[in-house]
Amino acid sequence: MTTSDEHDLLTITLAEGRRRLLDGELSSVQLTQAFLDRIAATDDEVRAFVTVTAESALIEAAAADELLARGDATAALTGLPIGLKDVLMTKGVRTTAGSRMLDNLIPPYDATVVTRLREAGAISLGKLNMDEFAMGSSTEHSAWFPTANPWDHERVPGGSSGGSAAAVAAQQCIAALGSDTGGSIRQPASFCGVVGLKPTYGRVSRYGLIAFASSLDQIGPFSHTVEDAALLLQAIAGPDPLDSTCYDEPVPDFSEQLLRGLDGLRVAAPQEFFGEGMDDDVAEAIETALDLLGAHGAIIDRTPSMPSVPMALPVYYVLAPSECSANLARFDGVKYGYGARGGESMWADMEASRQHGFGREVKRRILLGAYALSAGYYDAYYLQAQKVRTLIRREFDRVFAEHDVIVAPTAPTVAFRQGAITDPYQMYLNDIFTIPANIAGLPAISAPGGFGADGMPVGLQFVGRRLDEPTVLGVANAYEQIAQWPTVPPPSVGST
Amino acid sequence: MSNAENTAFSSDQVRHLASLVRIELTDSEVEEFRSELAGILSHIDALSEIDTSGVPPTNNGADLLNVQDEDASRPAMPRDEILANAPQREEEYFRVHAVLDQS
Repeated sequence: MTTSDEHDLLTITLAEGRRRLLDGELSSVQLTQAFLDRIAATDDEVRAFVTVTAESALIEAAAADELLARGDATAALTGLPIGLKDVLMTKGVRTTAGSRMLDNLIPPYDATVVTRLREAGAISLGKLNMDEFAMGSSTEHSAWFPTANPWDHERVPGGSSGGSAAAVAAQQCIAALGSDTGGSIRQPASFCGVVGLKPTYGRVSRYGLIAFASSLDQIGPFSHTVEDAALLLQAIAGPDPLDSTCYDEPVPDFSEQLLRGLDGLRVAAPQEFFGEGMDDDVAEAIETALDLLGAHGAIIDRTPSMPSVPMALPVYYVLAPSECSANLARFDGVKYGYGARGGESMWADMEASRQHGFGREVKRRILLGAYALSAGYYDAYYLQAQKVRTLIRREFDRVFAEHDVIVAPTAPTVAFRQGAITDPYQMYLNDIFTIPANIAGLPAISAPGGFGADGMPVGLQFVGRRLDEPTVLGVANAYEQIAQWPTVPPPSVGST
Repeated sequence: MSNAENTAFSSDQVRHLASLVRIELTDSEVEEFRSELAGILSHIDALSEIDTSGVPPTNNGADLLNVQDEDASRPAMPRDEILANAPQREEEYFRVHAVLDQS
């Protein structure tokens, strides 16, 4: 195969790959091998993968080719290679959640989203790096290694799903899954210039997702196009008897509703999403994007005010640590994961296991959560945060009574340099514009929205009504078609 | 109410919290967390200024209530597959240090 053919394969989308596999002009083994070669050639620098499952991927690809040859490839993603964030349980494949605690975990079952992707015929190339237990905004909190931003290897890819975003931007897989508790899909998508979707809370089963904050966590796709995000969401969405927090609602055909256009669309740009904290280059890119949306028929309304939205960050840093302190109690060094032995008691072994197994950021959040939940502080922190959460949800309801979608920047800055942010709260500020959608349980997408300083990508975020992924995807798709921003760095860019 | 007066942490408070969540901390970790937690809480304290009288708490991301499952048995995961990930096992059990003092 010539270099240009290989390059051609790497730029493929799920939708186009599906067509070419069905036409027989391409085999799944060819496609899978091209991405495995790409991983081998680039991952010494990008470091997106914790585990590459080359052998099983090629076996699955050969099986997909047999189905295609027989004309039995009815499953929508047959033979298409994707990547999985290392927080999703994969049967027989090491799953670490970026933590020393799970250095040796070989799950005995698949997460529901993994089962569904298998049923849809997708091929997993491996497990993608992340901040430990999905706590972080830069993937620097991985216990294994930091991941580089493919647009500039000295910068972070964002986090916590930094490996997923970087792998897609570096063309190491066609698309990937991540998880988003306070922005962990959308912020890295923004930093790496790709599409990232957090579905409605309850749209996608979390069975087999290693839990961080259960009232906020959602699983969603990374891709080069909005159309591909819709295809992946289609494969993973819908009720699951193994997750009682899933809506028992019919799943619409997301692809069918992509072409809704912008004409007459009522877009709210609430003041609180455009205030202080945003860098000038990001503000400029977002303004240009708003002008473009307006020029193509969208009605941009800048008057809505959501005064409680600035409280979303403090609400999050009470609720998420509280929930994580409970969820991570399961890591006791007894049933699975790292287990210290040789202490003077069971408790000493447990405390030593958690001392060694957890990294700094995880310990900090567990302690913070324990504080917010402890006697004397519960009402002032935890209960008060739950009440302010109600206020934030009401403000979204109010805006959505008169608007179809909310537009906002995804992150206040472009990707920053590795090691540049050392203060925990400064790191948390990365998520000021993404957290509100988690607090309210709403679907939200980050789509490539232009470029800021030093040619780094800027993300444009659309937030929709509960279960209204069709509008979110439709608006993002329309914008993507108009703006046509590149989602991969030019070949010369990235290396240090 | 304001929590500002509560956000200075003593080393003993950090050690107490760590004992509640069963994490051993080194002395240097105690000192680092002491100042970091106080720093984070100083931002979180803005919550106390919001009037939430009469506002009910939200404790679920979805509006789901009493989701019920069919009362039917289904196969459990094989015991050996579960025990395969145990740090220490003995026959069909997880092995730990004696929990109760036997004296």
